[in-house]
Amino acid sequence: MQRVAEGIGKGVLRGAEEVGFAGALFLEAVLWAVLGPTRRQPVRLAAVVAQMMQIGVEALPIASVLAATIGMMLAIQSLYSLGLFGAESFATVGIALSVVREFAPLIVGILVAGRSGSALAARFSTMMINQEVDALRVIGISPVRFLIAPALFAMMIMVPCLTMWANIVALSAAGLFVTAQLDISLAAYFADVVAALSVNDLAHGLGKSVLFAALVALVSAVNGALADGGAEGVGRRTTRAVVQSIAAIIMVDMIFAFVVTAG
Amino acid sequence: MAAVAQETPTQTRTDDAVVRIQGLQAHYGARQVLHDIELTVAPGEIMVIMGGSGSGKSTLLRHLVGLMRPTAGSVELLGVDITRAPALEMQRLRRRIGVAFQGGALFSSMNVLDNIMLPLREHTQLDRQTMEIMARLKLEVVNLAGAEDLMPAELSGGMVKRAAVARAIVMDPALLFFDEPSAGLDPAVSSALDDLILKLREAMNMSIVVVTHELESAFKIADRITVLDQGRILTVDDVAGIRRSDNARIQNLLNRRAENAEVDAETYLRRLTGEAAPAGDPQAAGTKQDAGAV
Ligand SMILES: Nc1ncnc2c1ncn2[C@@H]1O[C@H](COP(=O)(O)OP(=O)(O)O)[C@@H](O)[C@H]1O
Ligand SMILES: [Mg+2]
Repeated sequence: MQRVAEGIGKGVLRGAEEVGFAGALFLEAVLWAVLGPTRRQPVRLAAVVAQMMQIGVEALPIASVLAATIGMMLAIQSLYSLGLFGAESFATVGIALSVVREFAPLIVGILVAGRSGSALAARFSTMMINQEVDALRVIGISPVRFLIAPALFAMMIMVPCLTMWANIVALSAAGLFVTAQLDISLAAYFADVVAALSVNDLAHGLGKSVLFAALVALVSAVNGALADGGAEGVGRRTTRAVVQSIAAIIMVDMIFAFVVTAG
Repeated sequence: MAAVAQETPTQTRTDDAVVRIQGLQAHYGARQVLHDIELTVAPGEIMVIMGGSGSGKSTLLRHLVGLMRPTAGSVELLGVDITRAPALEMQRLRRRIGVAFQGGALFSSMNVLDNIMLPLREHTQLDRQTMEIMARLKLEVVNLAGAEDLMPAELSGGMVKRAAVARAIVMDPALLFFDEPSAGLDPAVSSALDDLILKLREAMNMSIVVVTHELESAFKIADRITVLDQGRILTVDDVAGIRRSDNARIQNLLNRRAENAEVDAETYLRRLTGEAAPAGDPQAAGTKQDAGAV
């Protein structure tokens, strides 16, 4: 019994340590972005752009497919459940709010965690194990500036962009179904969507997606930095990074919803 | 190298030492792995740190290049105490030291030329053309001319190490560190690398610290050898002194030569058959104890 308690205690401590480490990485990355140029050690734009391509542009096809599927699914579900009360005309409002506030940020967050979070964790931990990170340090290059900051910033720029794109695709896909079922024009549907959404709703969704982006990048960086034990270690760290990223996204999403609706 | 050869080997010149370790203690967690290390390296000297597996060679090297901070004691490189130096001074010092890691540690996403140019890109304001010329020059020094556009994955083990050397010397450092230069190489290639180390000292007048468990290689290149055993310095002596030592532990190390040769043959065969080498030392990966040097 005591051993179990000790185990839990150690786990919590290690978790807290890793969260602290992630926070420190974030601050250091921001510091490098701000102060680096004055010390002739900038966060290189080319590195950020390269990461943006990988994280954002290359994810467009799969993000589109997922968003369209989710939009369509939401439309079918909304029309069905509202139809039970004869309230189909309210479907658009529900779909618009669900997509923009919840589904688009969440689905993009999870997609990026699986796609780019795993890639980052694999890259960081491989570099750690091959002593490439040590090599950077002895050359006098901060690994945070050189490796983590570009990935972090690229993530925080591209994930909201992907989310915005997912908003459009999901709402369009939903629109196709809704207009066919309710026999209204696509223009009328989009007018309803625009009327239903406030700037606040958009900001809520996009703001969350920035947070998710930072979570995925930092979780991957922490797992990469702690990697040991050869190729097997890389695999373990990669899996752990993805699981932790997705768990973190869902928990933060809940906390976000709670805080915002309480406020 | 006459100046170094003439002095009594165990006597250390402390006035102008390029490396000076004093009273160094190192721990992993609660466990002490290096005890009371004292070490000096004279300008232009090749110092080999030798010892069996687990004797603390890699840990000592990590302290020497500032990847770990000692729990006590000091490490001076070119007159700078790296355990206390402020970040900016450390940054300046980093341009004057080079490190060739055991596995090469080339950046796998960059080709050979970009790998070698990276220190120039980060530390100088030179234009790309000048940097390329300097990098190509170093490629020639290590006998890798023509490999500029290859990716690290396309290189053989020996080429990887030589490219790593080229990157380590691209800033013309005064002080060069090698971790296990012969590890994973077949004898001919490893011997060529030893020649390269000697040539670097000759041509560029560098002071060089080499960590190895290979006696053959140590005897060939060393001015002096520091023998580590269970985290303590057993002796510091020149090659002749080590050879005739009657210390049982050193004799033990000498006699293990045959064993080592066998391991090498095995590694060689494994490479020939394309089988992956066994996972590297667990300590190859950094740990939380590592100094977060910027
Ligand atoms: N990251 C680490 N964590 C804990 N112990 C370590 C670590 N790295 C090495 N050690 C231990 O420290 C001792 C010295 O290791 P090392 O410096 O790698 O020796 P060598 O390079 O001579 O084989 C060994 O007993 C090893 O098990
Ligand atoms: Mg070692």
